[in-house]
Amino acid sequence: MTNTDWPLWEVFVRSRRGLSHTHAGSLHAPDAEFALRNARDLYTRRGEGVSIWVVPSSAVTASSPDEKDPFFEPSADKPYRHPTFYEIPEGVQHL
Amino acid sequence: MATATAPRTADDEAYQRTFDAAVAADERIEPRDWMPDAYRATLVRQIAQHAHSEIIGMQPEANWITRAPSLRRKAILMAKVQDEAGHGLYLYSAAETLGVGRDELLDKLHSGRQKYSSIFNYPTLTWADVGAIGWLVDGAAITNQVPLCRCSYGPYARAMVRVCKEESFHQRQGYELLLALSRGTPGQHAMAQDAVDRWWWPSLMMFGPPDDESAHSAQSTAWKIKRHSNDELRQRFVDICVPQAKSLGLTLPDPDLRWNEERGHHDFGPIDWTEFKEVIKGNGPCNEERITQRRRAHDEGAWVREAAAAHAAKHSGTAAAHTGGRTEKEVGQA
Repeated sequence: MTNTDWPLWEVFVRSRRGLSHTHAGSLHAPDAEFALRNARDLYTRRGEGVSIWVVPSSAVTASSPDEKDPFFEPSADKPYRHPTFYEIPEGVQHL
Repeated sequence: MATATAPRTADDEAYQRTFDAAVAADERIEPRDWMPDAYRATLVRQIAQHAHSEIIGMQPEANWITRAPSLRRKAILMAKVQDEAGHGLYLYSAAETLGVGRDELLDKLHSGRQKYSSIFNYPTLTWADVGAIGWLVDGAAITNQVPLCRCSYGPYARAMVRVCKEESFHQRQGYELLLALSRGTPGQHAMAQDAVDRWWWPSLMMFGPPDDESAHSAQSTAWKIKRHSNDELRQRFVDICVPQAKSLGLTLPDPDLRWNEERGHHDFGPIDWTEFKEVIKGNGPCNEERITQRRRAHDEGAWVREAAAAHAAKHSGTAAAHTGGRTEKEVGQA
């Protein structure tokens, strides 16, 4: 038996209260319990986190890696969704 | 890995152009992006060698954990050796994003088909060596690794950011350790000087062969895996170390070492590349010992891995339900 029989887990760490969990990296572990412990030892040796999520990598569904993919096209041609699209006369405040 | 012999199609050409443009624009290449086979192979070789170096690097220092002169030094050294294990794991994960398996990488280390940094084939003869390794070996590693934080391959660059943050403690604890010895009894001072004398040249060799003899440099630079040449980084390291040695009250074992006003750098003596090549070939003082120890640790840990997997299999039903509940609670808070 080798490590390859241990599934891969993605580790998400909340660095402090008020912030969301952020992807920290991945590791191998036989089960969720070990994955959490290993994640604590691997990614929070210096107080980098107050909470950890571990998710089996196989449970992640990803979009196509191509950034020019039509998948993202709907948002590319709508500059009016950004506040900077609008011209406001000089001197108008709180807008 | 994709077959290197397959004929290139129009699609391949288009993919290659996208890849080249991303590298040229200083964008990062991510695991699921198309990349040239040779780029992938180069990264696997380099990241694997880097990961192997981290875990083999645990050995020379771990030798001194039981003999550390105080509880403070012992706790520091244990934390440092644990960090090296962590660095190895970050890097193995990065290598795995390229499609190689963890067991395959360890197999290649154990059978000598992949290398680790030749610096770890030197012995740690005295306690002062722990200081010299922190100051010089980790110092050289930092000089090498800081530019790798901007390497074109995303997972490698991200692993390096994490590693570099932690290396700084490694270097400073080594420097402080040497300083304590240097300012101690004449015997302690001599011990510190002896360690620096032995580690200085091997540390300079860590930057690899001179630029005109470096086999992979040009291509790696074009791919923005490598950002500075071996000689450039070596010079940077020498310039950093000279004043640091002075503050330590220790000398560097090079009669040709002097400031060159014209170049704005320190000149230093010729490096014994014959020694470097011998150590790489496997004829260093500790090559055999390091690999034997690594294989033994792996074999002796087999029952732990097997027991953990058996436990996971036995409890897979209940464990999933248990952690599922907790994750849901966590998600509710997010």
